[in-house]
Amino acid sequence: MHFKANVHAKLSDVVLQGNLKNAKGKFVTRRAEAIRDLDDFEGTRDAAAAIRNKVIDNMDLWLETFERKALDTGAKVLWAKDGVEVCRLVIEIAKRHGVTKVTKSKSMLSEEAGLNHALEAAGIQPVETDLGEYILQVDNNEPPSHIIAPAVHKSLDEVADLFHKVHGTPRKTDIPALTREAREVLRAHFLSAEMGLSGGNFLVAETGSVALVTNEGNGRMVTTMPKVHVVITGIEKVIPTLEDLSTLMRLLPRSATGQSISNYFSILTGVKKPEEHDGPEHLYFVLVDSGRADVVGSDFHAMLRCIRCGACMNHCPVYQTIGGHAYGWVYPGPMGSVLTPLYAGLENSIDLPHAATLCNQCGIVCPVKIPLPDLLRKLREKQTEHGLRPLTERIGLRLWAWVAQHPKLYALGARVGARYLKWLAGDTDRIRLLPTAPEWTLGRDFPAPQGKTFRELYAARRSATPRT
Amino acid sequence: MSSRDDILGRVRASLHRNAGNAAAAREEIVAALGSRTQGPKPAIDADPHALLERFRLKSETQSSTVDIVAQESEVPAAVARYLAAMNLPKSAVAWASLAALDWGGAGLQVETRGARDADLVGITGCFCAVAETGTLMMCSSPDTPAAVSLLPETHIAIVRASRILPCMEDAWNLARQELGSLPRAVNFISGPSRTGDIEQTIVLGAHGPYRVHLVIVED
Repeated sequence: MHFKANVHAKLSDVVLQGNLKNAKGKFVTRRAEAIRDLDDFEGTRDAAAAIRNKVIDNMDLWLETFERKALDTGAKVLWAKDGVEVCRLVIEIAKRHGVTKVTKSKSMLSEEAGLNHALEAAGIQPVETDLGEYILQVDNNEPPSHIIAPAVHKSLDEVADLFHKVHGTPRKTDIPALTREAREVLRAHFLSAEMGLSGGNFLVAETGSVALVTNEGNGRMVTTMPKVHVVITGIEKVIPTLEDLSTLMRLLPRSATGQSISNYFSILTGVKKPEEHDGPEHLYFVLVDSGRADVVGSDFHAMLRCIRCGACMNHCPVYQTIGGHAYGWVYPGPMGSVLTPLYAGLENSIDLPHAATLCNQCGIVCPVKIPLPDLLRKLREKQTEHGLRPLTERIGLRLWAWVAQHPKLYALGARVGARYLKWLAGDTDRIRLLPTAPEWTLGRDFPAPQGKTFRELYAARRSATPRT
Repeated sequence: MSSRDDILGRVRASLHRNAGNAAAAREEIVAALGSRTQGPKPAIDADPHALLERFRLKSETQSSTVDIVAQESEVPAAVARYLAAMNLPKSAVAWASLAALDWGGAGLQVETRGARDADLVGITGCFCAVAETGTLMMCSSPDTPAAVSLLPETHIAIVRASRILPCMEDAWNLARQELGSLPRAVNFISGPSRTGDIEQTIVLGAHGPYRVHLVIVED
């Protein structure tokens, strides 16, 4: 994950910058309007955070409660330590039921596990059915750049070219026509796939159900039409009751897309009865760890409250400028900058905790009040504790610490530094190019120091007004 | 060691689990599942007329269309009127629970069965409706298959005004009271299917219906 190189590439990508500029603000405005019709938005956020904490604080017992309930409904519950095990279990299920094609509703965990690749290698065809995910899959399996709007980085023109190429149809440039074209292609897949695969927004312990939030109806398709339904979800997704589900649902669609409720909200429990017309005959839950168990009880446990709404990235000035791909892994934006180091390794994502201005826009909009800037700061501390920062930075800081402990030397350094900066500014009050940090002055000027240093002023004042 | 034991073992270790705190936590879980505490809810006028009005307004905000009739026997004519006005076919698939209505009398060919890909119009009832957000609650069963509200391009739902409740929490209580346990699928539906995945422009009719028409019966 070469964050800095990615950022340079994304900043100079003219098409991407145009698309990001176009998308910017739409989610923000819609969310701001949607939260107004909740009489007690802050109280609802507090209640939601408390619900999530309640489960995380006793996660082992809540997982056992959910498992027992799910088994009672006729579902099977499997556990996966990591992405490799997720792929192995899903392929085993597919083989057991003679599956050749899998329709998929959006699942970030399947992205974490690289499941599509594994299914293809096993001779099973995965078909992404969320429009955004489908666009990316037919574009050489491009990864998503946003957890809610995976193809937000693509323009209408790019999608028009892509569908013309992969479907072999006349090029269409209006969005409803492109959407209908995808609908027709995917309808055939929905009806022929033997297995449907979904993520899970929540697992309800009271009933052993999975709750799915969708707008397109693809989530309903993959959980209604095929004979096998597999839910892949993280172990942190359990909530206690249907009442808690209602509270969280007042926040999730509003925070994500600015809707008071998503079009479809499905609570699925157990398998089809023999006399029923539709629904899966087999239901599997794959409960995935992939780093989550180790976050329980750690300095970062608040991150497990995350309900994957994407509000933090929609409001993040850094995400809005570089897009989601620059973050290098499944989860972008502030939540991704916390999750990636935790799940993929602190040493593999050295720049991410620094990919933030700590402006706290993310913390203000988070529906479950995760203190994202605090967590980013803590990750920076961990990097330092583990000696993961670059050598030049470590030597530089040590040098600075030594100078700071020697006041006379520090005063001299400050005086020389201030004079040097003033000399760089020449006759003006600003510096156009800092030779030691040219990146800093790439898009802005550096203000030149004015007059004397603090120490000089302080010394002058002390000699002018003798102590009484 | 199985993955289950490994994962749960590490969670238990992180939480410093022991027999004492496990017993206390189990009591908390039983209490939480028993008390079913509700979070803050928007204040909603529970007067039947106010509920109907709010449900109608919110449904229209979700891009559904709404018709109101005085009694159930008027439903087939209202459905026929809508289909004619929209230039839609006069044949439909419907829930078996609606078989008793006189569809033929209104000039409609209605089959009560599960839905197929070729069905263009699907007619359903609903378990109840939620005024807070303008939402239908559908409970699957042999007589109320889920695909009828999903596969056809047009979904027509019949809503009894007395079944319009203020909030989702009220719908859960009604389900517990009348059904005991949850059916295989509870689908909350709020308007036609939609997507915003191309340039965040909302388009109606993604994978489910392009249009949802509600016929409310003032019973």
